[in-house]
Amino acid sequence: MPPVTRWFIRTSLVCFIAALLIGTLLAARGPLQLLAFFNTLTPLFFHLFMVGFVAQLIFGMVFWMFPKASKAHPRGSERLAWLTYGCLNVGLLLRVIAEPAHATAPHPGWGWLLVVSALLQWSAGIFFVLNTWNRVKER
Amino acid sequence: MPRLSIWLIRAALIYLLLGFTFGALILIQKGTNLFPATWQLLPLHIEFLLFGWTLQLIMGTAFWILPRFMQEPKRGNQSSMGMAFGLLNVGLVLVVGSVVLPEISGLFFLGRLAEFAGVGAFVLNAWPRVKPFGH
Repeated sequence: MPPVTRWFIRTSLVCFIAALLIGTLLAARGPLQLLAFFNTLTPLFFHLFMVGFVAQLIFGMVFWMFPKASKAHPRGSERLAWLTYGCLNVGLLLRVIAEPAHATAPHPGWGWLLVVSALLQWSAGIFFVLNTWNRVKER
Repeated sequence: MPRLSIWLIRAALIYLLLGFTFGALILIQKGTNLFPATWQLLPLHIEFLLFGWTLQLIMGTAFWILPRFMQEPKRGNQSSMGMAFGLLNVGLVLVVGSVVLPEISGLFFLGRLAEFAGVGAFVLNAWPRVKPFGH
């Protein structure tokens, strides 16, 4: 298993735990009368689960298992894969920080962090598709 | 990788791009509040990433990688898998239509029905292939 795949999969597992922890906190809102802050975490729950866990696990597995691109570069561009990993996770981390902060106490600074987060995650999607497209082929 | 898997997975990649683009626009709106109309993309963002990307990628990969039969057709009923690809994508287009043209009633239901039938056709192909290798 290539190093970038190990990073993708381990980080996806961290996101999985984080998502389910947030899900548990959300489920406890009523009975435990938790702070209103927790109401802002619903989008994070969904995105840590679907982007941080599911999509990231897929990205790592695809880089490892899909048909080889060429003899010289069997897995396409390793650099592009690392760039995908970096953009996806920095983007997600910025969202984890800025989204609840912006919802609780709106401020242009948090808002622009969300813009950066959006652009980073979007770039990760583009880089992943660029690196994968030519590997979707008959052997 | 068989041709049908190539179609399913490439379509999944296109939906990933569309879904991520809509998601990025919605998050930018959240941060800036400059384009409130962007919120109308939310149902398509969810539809594209759940059904167009995740489900379609799983279907394409399963058709490629599940155990094959000893005799032809080694990957089971190809026509049911072709139906799965067609129905799922027609369903997605109809769901998009229901968002873009809300005045036409029934599009959303027809879209979901086509997606359901597509998943049924996929299960018809996959079920007998869930078996030990070499059987």
